[in-house]
Amino acid sequence: MEIKYRNYNNILYVMLDGELDEHTAKFTSKKLDEIFFSTISKQIIIDLSQMKFMDSTGIGVLIGRYKKMKDRGVSIFISNPSYHAEKIFKLTGLYEIMPKIS
Amino acid sequence: MTINNNILNKMELKIKALSINESFARASVSGFCLQLNPSLDELTDIKTAVSEAVTNSIVHAYPNKEGEILITVTLSKDTATIEIVDWGIGIKNLEEAKKPFFTTKPGDERSGMGFTVMESFMDNVEVSNTNEGGVKVTLTKIIRDQTNAKKQAENF
Repeated sequence: MEIKYRNYNNILYVMLDGELDEHTAKFTSKKLDEIFFSTISKQIIIDLSQMKFMDSTGIGVLIGRYKKMKDRGVSIFISNPSYHAEKIFKLTGLYEIMPKIS
Repeated sequence: MTINNNILNKMELKIKALSINESFARASVSGFCLQLNPSLDELTDIKTAVSEAVTNSIVHAYPNKEGEILITVTLSKDTATIEIVDWGIGIKNLEEAKKPFFTTKPGDERSGMGFTVMESFMDNVEVSNTNEGGVKVTLTKIIRDQTNAKKQAENF
């Protein structure tokens, strides 16, 4: 899993490139926390256009980050999910806490 | 000579229950299922469901010890049947385990959606505790897009 990010117009853009499963979950969570806690942006957009695979482990990772950022008044949004990632997001109701934006 | 005319092909894969084997397991199973000419969506359905079942065995079956997972894939005319077996501690309450958002490890940021994802991506999912004390998950996927895939291949 490779994670790239940049701040632009007070929004933190984070791109996940790779496979998100049990094997990569811990690293991904840790890395995302590092990036999220070091920003002053109140809005984070997670770009999933380069994510090659995700199973329900990914939901645990995303909800975990949501819980940590919620108390800081930071909103997280999802962009460019694959057809399958979207299927899992809809199944779990993830968009209710992390809305999809285009 | 074939015992069952409906069975076209079969493969078995035994791996250590380590998370590093997850991507190998789902890639191997989906690679084998290519013989049924599935669409890309159907193939990703299989990959995702296999990943969920294998992850369950890796995370839950063998606390504090090493173990193995056996994956058997059987291909018939239009159906892939994938059996994932471990020899771990089993599932105490199967009905509870299948419920959305149920997890025995809430502190680990686990979603508890594994079986729900399997059920929504496959045509049939069966889970049971085996006589040896482990868990057997059987995933069935009917490949509906065979003609499309064949047509696409012919047009190349």
